[in-house]
Amino acid sequence: MTSSRETVLNRIRAALKDVPASERPEDVAVDRSYEHVDHAPERERLERFIERVREYKAKVKVTRVEGLAAAIAASCAARNVSRLVVPADLPEGWAPAGVTLIAEPGLSNDELEHSDGVLTACALGISQTGTVVLDSGPGQGRRAISLVPDYHLCVTFQEQVVGLVPEAVVKLQSAAESPDRPITFISGPSATSDIELNRVEGVHGPRTLEVIVVTALDVE
Amino acid sequence: MSREGVPPLPTKRPAMAFEDAARLSLGDTQLRFNMGKATTTIRGKRTKVVDEMPDWEALREAGRAIKDRTLRHLDKYLIQLEESVARVGGKVHWAADAEDANRIVAGLVKSHGAREVVKIKSLTTDEIGLNEALAREGIAAYETDLAELIIQLADERSSHILVPAIHKSRAEIRELFRRTLEGTEGLSDDPKALAAAARTHLRKKFLTVPVAISGVNFGVAETGTVCIVESEGNGRMCLTLPKVLISVMGVEKLIPTWRDLEVYLQLLPRSSTAERMNPYTSFWTGLAPPGDGPDEFHLVLLDDGRTKVLADRIGRQALQCIRCSACLNVCPVYQRTGGHAYNSVYPGPIGAILTPQLVGVENAGSLPYASSLCGYCYEVCPVKINIPEVLLHLRGQVVRKKQESFLGRLSPENVSMQGLAKVFSTPRRYAAMQKLGRLGQKLVVKNGVIDRLPGSLGGWTAVRDVYPVAQQTFREWWAERERTVKPKLPPREETRP
Repeated sequence: MTSSRETVLNRIRAALKDVPASERPEDVAVDRSYEHVDHAPERERLERFIERVREYKAKVKVTRVEGLAAAIAASCAARNVSRLVVPADLPEGWAPAGVTLIAEPGLSNDELEHSDGVLTACALGISQTGTVVLDSGPGQGRRAISLVPDYHLCVTFQEQVVGLVPEAVVKLQSAAESPDRPITFISGPSATSDIELNRVEGVHGPRTLEVIVVTALDVE
Repeated sequence: MSREGVPPLPTKRPAMAFEDAARLSLGDTQLRFNMGKATTTIRGKRTKVVDEMPDWEALREAGRAIKDRTLRHLDKYLIQLEESVARVGGKVHWAADAEDANRIVAGLVKSHGAREVVKIKSLTTDEIGLNEALAREGIAAYETDLAELIIQLADERSSHILVPAIHKSRAEIRELFRRTLEGTEGLSDDPKALAAAARTHLRKKFLTVPVAISGVNFGVAETGTVCIVESEGNGRMCLTLPKVLISVMGVEKLIPTWRDLEVYLQLLPRSSTAERMNPYTSFWTGLAPPGDGPDEFHLVLLDDGRTKVLADRIGRQALQCIRCSACLNVCPVYQRTGGHAYNSVYPGPIGAILTPQLVGVENAGSLPYASSLCGYCYEVCPVKINIPEVLLHLRGQVVRKKQESFLGRLSPENVSMQGLAKVFSTPRRYAAMQKLGRLGQKLVVKNGVIDRLPGSLGGWTAVRDVYPVAQQTFREWWAERERTVKPKLPPREETRP
């Protein structure tokens, strides 16, 4: 009996009779003359990132590196966060005063759900689309912690913000090759447009996303 | 919440021809209002985000070319994908048809002793009737996308690729939730409140159901990475919380390299939801570290008619589709009839070319005619599928299929078309027929148009008016001009300097 694998592969080969046997995949030309790099000055790129993250109804706060801890604490205080989930390798000095930290790993889904929010770093930000990217790298923890709690506070440094999607994809190549580093693109809070195309923020993921941008530039 | 009451979409032979189903839809004023509003809104938004891309045309061309490369070497890339997925701890299964795929998935679910699964919105599993197949095995499948949940609770069918419940108003959804979900007595029709009700209802499921089933937006041959594009976070829930993840992937969802995603991640969100980027896009390469995802990952590669499409050199381009639904929103036919009239998981222009190829033109022969051939669908397609070209190609196949049978050859339509072909083949016959037509039409012309032709020709005028043969044709006018006007012109020599 032929296996389904052989059946499908044989059908494909029969269907492609018109493709010359000598043709290699690279012989089919792919014109990549689209843009690969954003040539805008750094300030402009950062401002566009902030503007577009905001357009997605995410909150954005800008701070200098020496003000980061205070900014995190202020964001937590503003939301009455008392139990904050943090990854095991939370960078030193980020822990906000007056907040109980619930450290990974080992938290159950129930514990995540009954926390007040989560604090993570990110792999990079994309200016063109207002996206933050997590790739399970330092300070990011596993995927569930940025998903189950209702509030996600994410810290992005100026040098992490790239211009275009292709720049991000290049930087993520090694994460994509590794089973240990699943990747998540996050653009604003969870949202749906399923009811009369009205955009509603907050369905199954966090209802609030807040991004703290750390930069020495005077941007707003 | 099984769907045993709802018959699966007919994949082999639509229950009703498009023109009949369309007539029913056109009589539904609420539906026409909802569809008109939705398609106009999303069309406007899409234009805005596409126009801000200076390299949009270059991206479209790259998107088309990468898929062309993949399809022309599909066997090699599929084998590469299989090896890549195995290398990172996943297991690949091959399914030649829907039955095969359903059996594989049901077997996997049962092998874990599970009676429930959570599902991410997936056209491919709709196509194979997976929910119904699981129900027959005593397994309940819970749809977790808000629109899919609405459709499932209402025992209805999707009417749009991207926003399946677009035909329903908020008042209808509120009534549905009040009837089917617990603790919703005082629910308002505010979309925020409706979404919150769905959140409460599904949260329990995400945290307890052991098996999740997803479709696949892109599968990367080089790395074995699988990609899911979504908005609500229900996808992320399904991909990370349950113990077992089963992803069903049509073989055409393949792309060769990780880098190719730089093209599709720009084309897809802008074309589908008219956003610069959708809220959540997840990528996983096999099994994540313990505690960060399922302990088992299965990838089911599905043919189910796709190789038939691949065998057609013109029709093959339908497999480039990335399911963005831009063609639905611009189509004047879809906008008025809605998705149900197509009687297919894939409605709109892409459905009109994909469905007849997947199930055979003899089973969906009316779909290639569900188009005005205006070409707008081709213009907005992010991967440049020439839908009008394929529509015409399929219409030819429909006719040739009919001519294969004795009765088909003798059908009034075929006989009159054969006659017309003879008439059109010589100018003399053509002119004679025009004269005859001019005399004959006197009986049927009303107010300057023919709105009803007699006998079997009536099919043509059932949906359109015909303009009568002119009192004088161009050829007649020209001949007369030659006779009467020409002698008055001065001799040619005299006009030369």
